[in-house]
Amino acid sequence: MLGFGILSGLLILPLVGAAFILTLRGDSEAARSNARWAALATTIATFLLSLVAWARFDVASASFQLVESHSWLTETIRFKLGVDGFSMPLVLLTTFLMPFCILASWESIENRVKEYFVAFLVLETTMIGVFCALDLVLFYLFFEAGLIPMFLIIGIWGGKRRIYASFKFFLYTLLGSVLMLLAIMAMYWAAGTTDIPTLLAFKFAPNLQIWLWLAFFASFAVKMPMWPVHTWLPDAHVEAPTAGSVILAGVLLKMGGYGFIRVSLPMFPDASLYFAPLVYALSVIAIIYTSLVALMQEDIKKLIAYSSVAHMGFVTMGLFSMNEQGIQGAMFTMISHGLISGALFLSVGVIYDRMHTREIKAYGGLVNRMPLYAVVFLILTMANVALPGTSGFIGEFLTLMGAFRSNTWVAFFAATGVILSAAYALWLYRRVVYGPLEKPALQGITDLNRREIITFAPLILLIIYYGVQPGPILDAFAAPTDALMNSVQAALATVKTAAVAAH
Amino acid sequence: MNPALAIPAFGPLLPEILMAVGVLVLVLFGAFRGERPGYGMSIIALALLAVTFVAVLMLPSERVETMAGSFVVDGFAKFMKALTLLASAGGIILSLDYMRREGIYRFEYPILIVLSTIGMMMVISANDLIALYLGLELLSLSSYVIAAFDRDNERSTEAGLKYFVLGALSSGMLLYGASLVYGFSGSVSFPVIASVLQGNVGIGAVVGLVFVAAGIAFKISAVPFHMWTPDVYEGSPTPVTAFFAAAPKMAGMAMATRVFIDAFPGILVQWQQIIVFISIASMALGSFAAIGQRNLKRLMAYSSIGNVGYALIGLAAGTPEGIQGVVVYMAIYLAMTLGTFAVILGMRRGNVMFESIDDLSGLARTHPALAFCLAMMMFSLAGIPPLAGFFAKFYVFAAAIQANLVTLAVIGVVTSVIGAYYYLRIVKVMYFDAPVERFERMSPGVSFVLVVSSAVVLLFWLVPAPIVNAAGAAARSLF
Repeated sequence: MLGFGILSGLLILPLVGAAFILTLRGDSEAARSNARWAALATTIATFLLSLVAWARFDVASASFQLVESHSWLTETIRFKLGVDGFSMPLVLLTTFLMPFCILASWESIENRVKEYFVAFLVLETTMIGVFCALDLVLFYLFFEAGLIPMFLIIGIWGGKRRIYASFKFFLYTLLGSVLMLLAIMAMYWAAGTTDIPTLLAFKFAPNLQIWLWLAFFASFAVKMPMWPVHTWLPDAHVEAPTAGSVILAGVLLKMGGYGFIRVSLPMFPDASLYFAPLVYALSVIAIIYTSLVALMQEDIKKLIAYSSVAHMGFVTMGLFSMNEQGIQGAMFTMISHGLISGALFLSVGVIYDRMHTREIKAYGGLVNRMPLYAVVFLILTMANVALPGTSGFIGEFLTLMGAFRSNTWVAFFAATGVILSAAYALWLYRRVVYGPLEKPALQGITDLNRREIITFAPLILLIIYYGVQPGPILDAFAAPTDALMNSVQAALATVKTAAVAAH
Repeated sequence: MNPALAIPAFGPLLPEILMAVGVLVLVLFGAFRGERPGYGMSIIALALLAVTFVAVLMLPSERVETMAGSFVVDGFAKFMKALTLLASAGGIILSLDYMRREGIYRFEYPILIVLSTIGMMMVISANDLIALYLGLELLSLSSYVIAAFDRDNERSTEAGLKYFVLGALSSGMLLYGASLVYGFSGSVSFPVIASVLQGNVGIGAVVGLVFVAAGIAFKISAVPFHMWTPDVYEGSPTPVTAFFAAAPKMAGMAMATRVFIDAFPGILVQWQQIIVFISIASMALGSFAAIGQRNLKRLMAYSSIGNVGYALIGLAAGTPEGIQGVVVYMAIYLAMTLGTFAVILGMRRGNVMFESIDDLSGLARTHPALAFCLAMMMFSLAGIPPLAGFFAKFYVFAAAIQANLVTLAVIGVVTSVIGAYYYLRIVKVMYFDAPVERFERMSPGVSFVLVVSSAVVLLFWLVPAPIVNAAGAAARSLF
């Protein structure tokens, strides 16, 4: 079929669904219902297609697979797609989370239903595109294009301060990314191509690496988000509709980490080593400071948003420890955090849909009326705290181990974050779920309905399954991690030899 | 056989000759027909532009000089002339219903647009300072008249008068600069000037260069010669504003490129700093001053100032890649600006035209398709991928990085983020705010322009190669 492969299919399928929804006429209840079902069918089909891609994917190989390349801007800037062990799990995470977002928006989105699902499907294409792109210009294109639907999702369907939040989200991220664009151009003139596999083998001059690294850092640090450029995230999370928060925490935050591992670490190893202390410092501050901030939040979503920043601190710390445990742990944390934070935002959405408030004070004693919900929320809280037996534990443990191997003090301070996370998460749980059910508004609250149970069941099963059986995901990371370690070590070794020779 | 080759001396001039003869026929036709309403004049003018467009495409792509070396045709001239003709056609199509409804229809309007277009084509192909000035005056004088076309309206006459007075001043500066350049190089012909002015030239020639640059900066409304733009854009009838924002910009950028690359390649260091300054100042003013605007036409005036700043980045690089960036930028800018003005022309209830940003409130509810198109135009102007505006910026910034103008590029991207704020504000008003009354149906001509330009803006990323490669070939023909 015109030489388009399965990855193109993953990009095109959501767009087809979006186009179909656009053709629906009118704003009747029937049209809305059709839009919902069409969106759900599209996202499920996309997920199934990504499973086919996963089946064809060879875990043992470190190279890019399912590669397809179409002529585009010039001979050296091509429309090139492909996945490796780092990107494939993230693609699966994206396609897996999307149906839950659609389900979560089933009843809570009442106006402009068609536009909402169109925006979500377009967003899905751009997210998959980021993880599949094997050309830096194409990567940038998808990286930025996602801003448009997300801006609209926050701005149209968001809460009270949605306009402020959407502008902040857009302009913050844009400012970071444009510097990355300039760096991509500089790489193009230096290496003559923006083809990622070629660039991975290309050796940039150490001096240039510093500037390029900083430019990419500006973009990825904002997207991650790292302290001190994280302030857009709590605003965006609080104002976004539930499904928007899920995607924001589950997938969009992972783009920063993915960018570090795809571009910064392998292409600028010297600069990465040079800046590692900076990243360590920022990560540790993020872990401790944002955990403390999370303790004091009065808004449930904001609390989870700050806890996301803290978890992303573990990811950056693991990545820049530059050893096997650190990198695998960081990747694992990203996948596991995608599942856990996504599910947490969904569970906040459940009570928000009923009470239309996210104030912690407005709740209390939910366990009396909502036993099922209490169980679900408990498991998710424990996973967020990284209790052994949940996937959160594996990631945090590995990143801490990696950090311990390269810098004991970093690991020491980061470990205090684990304690703090237990404090804020358990305190939140106590205030929302336990205690007497005194608030009159809560007297009539109902437990999870069938749609919500269906939504949570697979997420919780996966969180526990990967907590006990992390092997399948870690295997996928193993081969590319080895390759990455080898190339980084080789690059650093040449620098050291050069330094020795100079003396 | 190729008609351009059949008559060697006049062949390359064929498009201009066609236009000149055509415009005389138009004048006669109009005089006999009188003020009777109807689309006749505009249709003939459009047909004339279409025929000329074909004639331009049939010109040879290699460099041909004629008229004793004062007129040149090359790939660059072909591409820019084609863009200019499209822009002028856009200016006529957008006016079809507007002029009649506002009661300011005169048969001279299409004639003046065609005359002005002849001037632009002359400017694009000018290979000496005299030919350049001739073309520029033809372009400007017709423009002054159409700015004041709504002659009973104070704002429109004010616009025309302002444009005329300041335009005359800038023409004078250009002429003064040209005379200095002539005095210090001994020739008006670009190739001769280029061979004489090399390396370290005297202060006189540099002063001449500065004056020429000032005159050009006025025509493309670059800072610090931009003051006329907001008033003229706001005061002129909207289709005229659309025309001003599109066609003379194409010709002006082509003129700037031709003059600096063809006539002054030997003193690149001297003019590069001028262009870098003008570019930075334009980008900054375009971004900051637009934030406070409530009127869409005024906002687009500042936006056009900013866009010229971005296009000038490519010229500042002074490389084939830079000129390719300029050409791509102008092609995409044409689609974005015509599309935006098409939406502004669609903001009508009864006989009342609306032009304030607040009038767009809730447009996404009342006119989803219109709002979507305008939103895409705005994101594109802000340079967000995958829309066309991103690629426009991509090529000029890439050229700047290659030419080691990193500071310029960094300032450019930062101002583009600031600029994104006011483009986003329009999206916000349309999508996030409560709806107001519906507008009336768009006239067919306006919707046609909107559909075509939206298609370009939205789908450019799928098949970028044709325009990019053509622009690359056009740029290389200059070197």
